Amino acid sequence: MSAISELSSMSRRKGPVTDEEKRANRRDNKAAYIFLLPWLVGLVVITVGPMLMSLYLAFTDYNLLQPPEWTGLDNFTRMLGDARLHNSLRVTFTYVLVGVPLQLAVALLIALVLDKGLRGLPFYRSVFYLPSLLGGSVAVAILWKQIFGTTGLVNQVLAMFGIAGPGWISDPSTSLGSIILLHVWTFGSPMIIFLAGLRQIPNMYYEAAEVDGATTLQKFWRITLPMLSPIIFFNLVLQIIGSFQSFTQAFIVSGGNGGPSDSTMFFTLYLYQKGFGQFDMGYASAMAWFLLVIIGAFTAINFIASKYWVFYDD
Amino acid sequence: MTKLQTLPAPEHEQGKDGKTPGSRTRGYGTRGGAGRPRESRGTLAFSRSARVKALAKHALLIITGGIMIYPLLWMVVSSLRPNDLIFREPGLWLNSLEMGNYTDGWSALSHPFGHYMLNSAIVVIGSILGNLISCSMAAYAFARLQFSGKKLFFGIMLLTIMLPFHVVIVPQYILFSQIGWVNTFWPLIVPKLLATDAFFVFLMVQFIRGIPKELDEAARIDGAGHPRIFLRVILPLMVPALATTTIFTFIWTWNDFFGALIYLTDPEMFTVPVALRAFVDSQSATSWGSLFAMSIVSLLPVFLVFLFGQRFLIKGIATTGIK
Repeated sequence: MSAISELSSMSRRKGPVTDEEKRANRRDNKAAYIFLLPWLVGLVVITVGPMLMSLYLAFTDYNLLQPPEWTGLDNFTRMLGDARLHNSLRVTFTYVLVGVPLQLAVALLIALVLDKGLRGLPFYRSVFYLPSLLGGSVAVAILWKQIFGTTGLVNQVLAMFGIAGPGWISDPSTSLGSIILLHVWTFGSPMIIFLAGLRQIPNMYYEAAEVDGATTLQKFWRITLPMLSPIIFFNLVLQIIGSFQSFTQAFIVSGGNGGPSDSTMFFTLYLYQKGFGQFDMGYASAMAWFLLVIIGAFTAINFIASKYWVFYDD
Repeated sequence: MTKLQTLPAPEHEQGKDGKTPGSRTRGYGTRGGAGRPRESRGTLAFSRSARVKALAKHALLIITGGIMIYPLLWMVVSSLRPNDLIFREPGLWLNSLEMGNYTDGWSALSHPFGHYMLNSAIVVIGSILGNLISCSMAAYAFARLQFSGKKLFFGIMLLTIMLPFHVVIVPQYILFSQIGWVNTFWPLIVPKLLATDAFFVFLMVQFIRGIPKELDEAARIDGAGHPRIFLRVILPLMVPALATTTIFTFIWTWNDFFGALIYLTDPEMFTVPVALRAFVDSQSATSWGSLFAMSIVSLLPVFLVFLFGQRFLIKGIATTGIK
């Protein structure tokens, strides 16, 4: 169903190449490469070339003006001692490890409620989906900045109950929380993937369980959850990869500086400051590769762990 | 659910799905909304408890949905209010209609806001054309042609979907700045012409795989070559996938902040997101009304696309899991 399942099945499937296939190969090669030409050029010039280039730059000192100067592992040893970078990692990990599970839990809950043949499903689905389309925009980040401001909407509502709320965004202890909330607010797209997955569960399982007298909770734990586990896994992998790269919301809400006192300094924000604020391109490249390694490690852990909890029907 | 067509789409809601035809007749129209076989127990299918359950669900959904949408509604209402009320009035009641925020906001920056929308429109149109042409070509090759290295390239293509863009952004910036493309729209459009949004290649591959091969073969017997089969047979049949690509490219490009932030530093070239950002920075807390007004103007195109293209959006997410 997804790029991820396709990728994992590719590594399993190794059929012998038949003569017929070999003949077919010869026939189509030229046409195929013509059709692939734009993609191939893009792969070399826009993706792989820059990747290798940034790997090289990670070992240099480069400010765009003078040519890059080889400094070996300097950038990486600097990263070891960079307290702001460590803080940005903590902020990003908190965001990912709290925001992603929370968002997926809400998405699953609402999908389960919606799946039970409820009247008005298309309407509800639209309402829940809309925020995930708008959530990445600067406009919504601006709205968030006002809502969670000292005299913002949240505190106006709290004031009606006689509660004096803090300045959610100006207080370092709650600023990250309000950005995590913005992430949870965009649960609509994983919800739609869950809804599609729920409809693929054959009804006969539930019918059989009912004959055996299973309770609603038992049906959820024994049928819905295992059958849905590939979709949960898929959502988890995608959301984690995406959340590590989150940038716009923290940038706008904090006014571009990751404040107050670096509490919303995401790793990507710090990378932007280093690369495009101070033009420390070597250091920024080293950071980018570090980010790639982190994301790769998280994805690998996810895949390994999936063997223990993801259930494949086929 | 490997193919786009077999996915549950909104209009199929009342019927079966691809995998288990017939066994899932759903009771969306039934009284109390809980008439689905899965729900029923014995003879008490439409019991009072089922109706109470449905009511509780509606209550939960209305409350959750209401809380989610409220900030957006409030922003719309606030943009029509005098500035000072934004910090005092959490309700949605409007005493009078204040259009001043819109006229103020429209001309608050060095260019009228329409100028930035035009810039965004240029980037959006270029990106859509680029994605449609380059991704459909690559997808045709992956889905229909046999060639050496196909498996390897296909695997690489799937991997690039998951590649964080930060890894390539620094050298890309260096490359584009050396060609002199900073403060032009090229760095935002040219990558799309080169099918770097591999999401869409994958989406289209999935779709083409669902088109019967007999159609290609019939065309081939009639003497058509690959360009002809692609243009005359495959492309007309993959319009739904092209529509999904168009809509997603529109929304993502319209909202794209990071790319524009890096490449467009001259106010003349600002797209809507960077213009809004400049607005926030210049107006700190003094004119939230006009800031809200322009935020709403900037969200309006996305909202309209959402209204009219929802069917394709939902199909697209369900197939590939894109945001």
